[in-house]
Amino acid sequence: MKILIVDDFSTMRRIIKNLLRDLGFTNTQEADDGTTALPMLQTGNFDFLVSDWNMPGMTGIDLLREVRADAKLAGLPVLMVTAESKREQIIEAAQAGVNGYVVKPFTAGTLEEKISKIFERVEG
Amino acid sequence: MQEQTETDQIRLEMARTLVAHLEVGENKDADRVIGELAEIKENELFTEVGRLTRELHEAINGFLLDSRVSEMTQVDIPDAKERLNYVISMTEQSADRTLTAVEESLPMVEALDKQAGELLAEWDKFRSRLLTKDDFRGLSDELAAFLQQTQSHSKSLHDNLSNVLMAQDFQDLTGQIIRKVIDLVHDVEEKLVKLVRITGGKLEVGKKVDDPAVLEGPVVPGVEQGDVVTNQDDVDDLLSSLGF
Repeated sequence: MKILIVDDFSTMRRIIKNLLRDLGFTNTQEADDGTTALPMLQTGNFDFLVSDWNMPGMTGIDLLREVRADAKLAGLPVLMVTAESKREQIIEAAQAGVNGYVVKPFTAGTLEEKISKIFERVEG
Repeated sequence: MQEQTETDQIRLEMARTLVAHLEVGENKDADRVIGELAEIKENELFTEVGRLTRELHEAINGFLLDSRVSEMTQVDIPDAKERLNYVISMTEQSADRTLTAVEESLPMVEALDKQAGELLAEWDKFRSRLLTKDDFRGLSDELAAFLQQTQSHSKSLHDNLSNVLMAQDFQDLTGQIIRKVIDLVHDVEEKLVKLVRITGGKLEVGKKVDDPAVLEGPVVPGVEQGDVVTNQDDVDDLLSSLGF
């Protein structure tokens, strides 16, 4: 399972990376915004994308739209982990095809729950 | 008051003349009087506009000459930006130190846990007299190595935990810095209120427009941020209502 973590703050990337490792996902890579992430996704054979929303360059929602518009990546499970908590934004992300939405600050338990839920649905 | 009566007198005089002209059908003269009356009114208006302009000009000059305002724009606000940048870098450093300590410690704990588990299994065998003499010698060596490693890992863990402890020192310092910036924001607010008062104080209090394109960032208790969810449960409820 190869996972890409996209967040402009290195601290948050490290926290997510450590939480994922605890959950048994050791094969992770990092990108600091959508512009860096997209080419990595297109060539890197990733199985899962965890992305922040508010980033300079390309935001997480735009990255999500690019992913869904790309025939090769369209089926990639995407989990949004973000501080953005307006209802209309959550709805916007849902309409753009997000698979899960976690608001910061979050707990290890929440992240685990959302990830396993996504995989249950993807595999089932 | 005296002046006012004088003007009234003149106007009354002119009105009488106007009526007199109209009664005898001297329309041209009547028009001239009407024109003169309007002129009086216009002059009054111009004087009033002139007075207000001068007052506004003086008030704005007074505001600009207020040394606190120029000090704020030239010194305090650039200072505040520096201070807040420092807060960002201090909190980032602290998070990095903490994360590094944790990332170093977790594998040590995992290793100790794994080895203890293996030794415990061997030890149980020994207690059930399932070990040969050679096996026991091996176990004894492993135990000695394990105890040594436990000691060295404990020392490293202690150091790492102390690092995590020390990395929290940012809270005190950033707290002091942020409090200073809050004071400055308060000062600026007061000056702005004064400026609004000078300009007439009739500005309508604009309700914050909820622009969906603007990213709000984290929810802050006590700050109006539009229609936001307050926790993960709300997010889950919203998504499940959308059929997720």
